[in-house]
Amino acid sequence: MKANDYSLKTMMEKPERLAPGHRMCAGCGATIGVRAVLRALHEGDQAVIGNATGCLEVSSYMYPYSAWQDSYIHNAFENAGATLSGVETAYKALKKRGKLADKDNFKFITFGGDGGTYDIGFQSLSGAMERGHDMVYVCYDNGAYMNTGIQRSSATPMFADTTTTPAGKVSNGKIQYRKDLSAIIAEHYVPYVAQTTLTRDFKDLHRKAETAIYTEGAAFLNMMTPCPRGWRYDMSEIMEICRLAVETCYWPLFEVVEGKWILNYEPKNKLPIEDFLKPQGRFKHLFKPGNEELIELFQKEVDKRWEDLQYRCARG
Amino acid sequence: MRTDITKINERSPYTDLTEGLQLYAGGTSRLFKTGEWRTNTPVLDQDKCRQCLLCAPVCPDSCIPVQGGKRLDFDYDHCKGCGICVKACPFGAITMKEGIEA
Amino acid sequence: MSKKKENVMKSKSIPERMSGNEAVSYAIRQVNPDVMPAFPITPSTEIPQMVSTFIANGEIDTEFIPVESEHSAMSAAIGAEAAGARTMTATSSAGLALMWEELLLAASNRLPIALTLVNRTLSGPININCDHSDGMGARDTGWIQIYAENNQEAYDNYIQAFPIAEDPRVHLPIMICQDGFITSHAVENIELLEDEPVKAFVGEYEPEEFLLNPGKPVAVGPYSVSAYAMEAKKAQEAAMERAGEVILEVAERFAQMSGRSYGFFEEYRTEDAEYLMVIMGSAAGTAKAAVDILREEGHKVGVLKLRVFRPFPEKEIAEAIKRSGCKAVAIMDRCESYNGCSGPLGSEIPAGLYRNKVMVDTVNYIYGLAGRDFTVDHVREIFAELKEVAQGEKEAPNHKYIGLRE
Repeated sequence: MKANDYSLKTMMEKPERLAPGHRMCAGCGATIGVRAVLRALHEGDQAVIGNATGCLEVSSYMYPYSAWQDSYIHNAFENAGATLSGVETAYKALKKRGKLADKDNFKFITFGGDGGTYDIGFQSLSGAMERGHDMVYVCYDNGAYMNTGIQRSSATPMFADTTTTPAGKVSNGKIQYRKDLSAIIAEHYVPYVAQTTLTRDFKDLHRKAETAIYTEGAAFLNMMTPCPRGWRYDMSEIMEICRLAVETCYWPLFEVVEGKWILNYEPKNKLPIEDFLKPQGRFKHLFKPGNEELIELFQKEVDKRWEDLQYRCARG
Repeated sequence: MRTDITKINERSPYTDLTEGLQLYAGGTSRLFKTGEWRTNTPVLDQDKCRQCLLCAPVCPDSCIPVQGGKRLDFDYDHCKGCGICVKACPFGAITMKEGIEA
Repeated sequence: MSKKKENVMKSKSIPERMSGNEAVSYAIRQVNPDVMPAFPITPSTEIPQMVSTFIANGEIDTEFIPVESEHSAMSAAIGAEAAGARTMTATSSAGLALMWEELLLAASNRLPIALTLVNRTLSGPININCDHSDGMGARDTGWIQIYAENNQEAYDNYIQAFPIAEDPRVHLPIMICQDGFITSHAVENIELLEDEPVKAFVGEYEPEEFLLNPGKPVAVGPYSVSAYAMEAKKAQEAAMERAGEVILEVAERFAQMSGRSYGFFEEYRTEDAEYLMVIMGSAAGTAKAAVDILREEGHKVGVLKLRVFRPFPEKEIAEAIKRSGCKAVAIMDRCESYNGCSGPLGSEIPAGLYRNKVMVDTVNYIYGLAGRDFTVDHVREIFAELKEVAQGEKEAPNHKYIGLRE
């Protein structure tokens, strides 16, 4: 699809593939992202959706209520990559043996939170990517183990107050910075990797999801989806939080196509990281007098990674 | 629907549940009314709405149906009242009203 | 439903010499499953190697997934089977242990995956030789488990695996077990079956509901509230109970094809036996050889070789022991339970005897751990001890290790 072809009106006309009635929290970012990914499926194409254990899974298929219009498989927490690779291989086998007709096209998309993707499911994801199954792994990254009650993950940003890295009298929250999983998967040299989030017209997410789904081979989509409970912001503000993540370069929008790094958006005026941190309760302690240097450290890390990304993209 | 979930409930004997609790159907969650969770309710002012549809994709609960290029009224059976749509509307056409009724 | 009434194509026997791993791989070639995800681990490694070679030479067109771990092997197997593909894998020891969570899910999702388990001890210490601690560790995961004495049984059991597991009354995964090295690597005589009768016997896999069924979405693996989860577990248990009758029906059809008969267990010279040994796997061959010698010498001894461990044929074992009229039973475990009193068979068989009101002395022995030799002389010593116990000359030395340096 050419970028100019995108029309929100046309997209919103498509039949909804994630039905209402799921039990995700009010204001959840994950389901907004999932809906957008599923809209990128072409009409007439069927899909098998995989899902790692997590908020999305326990809330979207609670027996006998499934929110998924397509076939769906949840297996366990740590193996969404391997599980869907099995489904995709079965598709190849059944097609080859004539048990599925030529017209019966299936696409394979699996969703995992950052716990199931960056951490416990990392090996399974890496294996599936390396083997090159024709599938898309979508991480809905909300930066902590939200389903079990906001414990830190390797995707949690530095200084975030989580229930296993609580800010306290002698602690300023998580010590480490976050793992750059998009880059790590790009180093697998799979045909397509992209980092995206929720933007006003969803064009970025839509285009990337469509490219990921319709690129032959393994594709990875890292989609930042804020969690109002874990991040502690006013839940109606999700789109603003996402905008600030992009405008501060905390969450840059980029893609890696056949090994070529492409920056999709460069803010005209890169905003200071405080703008992203301030509305979120998990960073409240950073704004106490005397903690200015922590924000400076955070800013430095953001700047360093942004420069690295610009360098990679300039090199192509 | 090959699995009729209206015939499965918390009084069903074990022999009446589906094998491995698999579901031979899609989208059955529609029968679960999450609208009851709501404490505040979004209300659309049709006169102010310009049908830009920016509200439709931001709903976490697929509660803003679109038909013929126009958004319809909210699906109050499922709307949890998060208010994201209010902020997404550039024209102030959606307001939150206290309580569960529109 | 059941295929028992269909005509079974008879097969000629093809005499050959091969190892247990070769025999199972030969069966896999004949079945030509849709998908095989696997990760190498001694002593089962040869199976994925041989299957890969069959594929490389165009002898079969199974899709092989070279996964990065056994955990992913079973995860991918679950995905493939749920998607509608006949799926199998092979593993041993730590590989099975790494699959553990997935074994439970394969069973609870009611997926008839076949797994060839080449039994090897679990760490630690790390050791590559045979005992049953891997299979026994998975005894409560909801898998059907069938154990083989030799390469012939491993082959025959494998051919019966899919018709048992895929039967609509069952829909459970199945583990076909053989002893590592002793069976898997030793080359012995075998009677193979012809390809066509085997293919006809196993049939095409035609699941009713599966992920890739066009226009008919399926959801697999829900979160279940307590109001449904206990019912789901009971339904799974009921399927395991039904598996018993299906195993016997499939064995009957197999006998028609091959001329070889199988049941839950084999009773070897148990009629009029005063002393019995219950044993599983390759050591049953040693026990039978010893029984032949002891019978020559006038001792009334016999062997009950357990083939089907899950479902556990408790009632049938109790009846067989009662029928033999024996005075005492040696229960042989090639596995330690670390429960302080017995191995797995040492717990389950006496429980079955008690529940079925068969009151007979039992002595539980632990043997062959991590490849420790088990010999005809050991069997002779055990029967002698059993006699002393039954005659009140000695207290039952329960939970005794055989061949241990003390």
